[in-house]
Amino acid sequence: MAAYLIRRLWQMIPTLAGVVLLVFFLFKYFGGDPAEVLGGLNASAEQIAAIRQQLGLDEPVLVQLWVFVKQIVTFDWGKSWATNEAVSNLFATRLPATLTVMIPILVLDVLLALPIAMWVAYRRGSLTDRTIMVVTTVALSISFLVYVIVGQYVFGFQLGWFPVQGWSDSVWKNLVTYAPLPVMLAVAVGLAPQTRLYRSFLLDELGQDYVRTARAKGMTEGVVLFRHVLRNAMIPILTNIGLQLPGIFVGSFLIEVFFSIPGLGREVLLAVNRSDFPVIQAVTIYLAVLTMFINLLTDLAYKVADPRVVLK
Amino acid sequence: MSAVLPADGALADALQKSEGVWHAAWRRFKADRVGLVSLVIVVGFLVLIVLSALGLVASQWQNEVGVANAPPTFMGPAAAESTAAIEVPKGPNVDLSDVDPLAPRYKEWDERAKEFATTETVKAETLPFGGDRLGRDVLAKAVKGTEISVFVGVMAALCATLIGTGLGAFGGFFGGKVSDFLEWVYNVFESIPNILLIFAFAAVVGRGVESVVVILALTGWTGMYRQVRAEFIKHRSREYVRSAEAIGASVGSRMFRHILPNVSHVILVRMSLLAVGFIKAEVILSYLGLGVRVDQVSWGTMLAEAQSELILGHWWQLAAATLFMAVFVTAFSLMADAWRDALDPKLRGLE
Repeated sequence: MAAYLIRRLWQMIPTLAGVVLLVFFLFKYFGGDPAEVLGGLNASAEQIAAIRQQLGLDEPVLVQLWVFVKQIVTFDWGKSWATNEAVSNLFATRLPATLTVMIPILVLDVLLALPIAMWVAYRRGSLTDRTIMVVTTVALSISFLVYVIVGQYVFGFQLGWFPVQGWSDSVWKNLVTYAPLPVMLAVAVGLAPQTRLYRSFLLDELGQDYVRTARAKGMTEGVVLFRHVLRNAMIPILTNIGLQLPGIFVGSFLIEVFFSIPGLGREVLLAVNRSDFPVIQAVTIYLAVLTMFINLLTDLAYKVADPRVVLK
Repeated sequence: MSAVLPADGALADALQKSEGVWHAAWRRFKADRVGLVSLVIVVGFLVLIVLSALGLVASQWQNEVGVANAPPTFMGPAAAESTAAIEVPKGPNVDLSDVDPLAPRYKEWDERAKEFATTETVKAETLPFGGDRLGRDVLAKAVKGTEISVFVGVMAALCATLIGTGLGAFGGFFGGKVSDFLEWVYNVFESIPNILLIFAFAAVVGRGVESVVVILALTGWTGMYRQVRAEFIKHRSREYVRSAEAIGASVGSRMFRHILPNVSHVILVRMSLLAVGFIKAEVILSYLGLGVRVDQVSWGTMLAEAQSELILGHWWQLAAATLFMAVFVTAFSLMADAWRDALDPKLRGLE
């Protein structure tokens, strides 16, 4: 186990180096001149030169790369170009809002999609199954935007069940007042693809010999479904949840934009629109690190879900 | 042999020519009614797109043909209710010319104005499918938006396919150092959440249709790479490839003339799935202002406008964009599913 962990962590290093290089060179050679971004349209040549010197842009590339790596390791990204807010502070203040919305979305998505998927997979080929498959196909083809635009209009504006948008300082108030509508809409959007995915995982298992054996032994359908099939389908399900997990930290930026939630996703989008490079670079690199760790955790979870899995 | 076989021409023909993979796929596809209907819808859309690209339909989408937010109806405007006209004040206007500082120049301005011909355009009170906030025909906009959105999705899918197939072919065929390097690149791209990768590229590439294509292609090739690589690894040691090597086929010829046609069905299916994803991504990018320019229209910009219109009760632009997109994407996904079932029955049921 320890050897496995060490080797996995060791393997992360080249990938991480790649991410750093990709982000560095992407912004260095394709991103336009930061000095011109910062100086604005009316900056004189001397001002531009001064900014270049201040940012260290006149240093050799390798020195700049070294500074970049130092920033990553020390978590010191300096300040946002647009708002002068420390980038680390930006993370600390925006992340709670994102998590307040995203964690309920992820939990509800799994809790709702899995039972529906089990139900339709169990009754494969029935009218219910076919109806749900057609409904999900159509639901998938409608843009996420439409759900949010119409949902916000109907439930927030017309019916007035929820505030149209807003956010407060109290976590509890956010959770019960402001989060329900965005969460509900995001879950509604996520439900169709998730249900289809889980259905296909479960169908794979339902066709296996052990299901027939369990039924032949006289197991009740409940035991067959929940103890045998679900346990065996756990690996693809865990993989899928693991793939979505990094997303909860960037948040659904669309949801955050629509509902004015001061989260990380909206901040990244603002940064893109303002060419605020430090913010984008920092988010990209830390999220990549986080993704790698979540992948590792997912692999470890396989072992818990299925003792036959050998970690090597 | 001819003595053994019955002298039946048709049978001999059938024995000589085994059914090709594309021919067999088309036979299976034809049996799939849902697939056929969606193919017809997709072809219909493609015809519309070509016509619109050639300027034969919807080329005048920017003309303000109706009044602002003209409501959609086929019945023509409702009869104007006669409202009690405000009485025009009788009696002479008060002569202000002695205190009005501009008075001496009115005559000169009137003469200047006469030099320019002005035409009164009659703006329609209602349009069959409604007008947007400038009075442009929503139907024409939706057609033009279809052209841009679908073009971006398909072009990006094509580019991503080229990148993914090229890299996958090299990685899978050669193995060793090349493969290790490409796997490293793949891991790097995979370890960054997709939306962040798109944002990072969007931050540096800029705006416009071409930029969206570049961004989506550069961030979306990984799945294709992985699959093509796996197929090439599977095929590179098959007998037909080794026979080709034995008769002196070059590396390039083995990769692209022998193996590629044998895995092209996988590529085609994956590409059509990519196109669906990219069309949806373009809509969101355009909505956020990272997509097409302001003088262009796509489903995404229509939805962006529709959001503020909806509050005022003008639902038709939202309905038009949603309907066009839903019909096209549903038909395209169902068609892609049918292709997959027809081309590679083993993959049936895969998402």
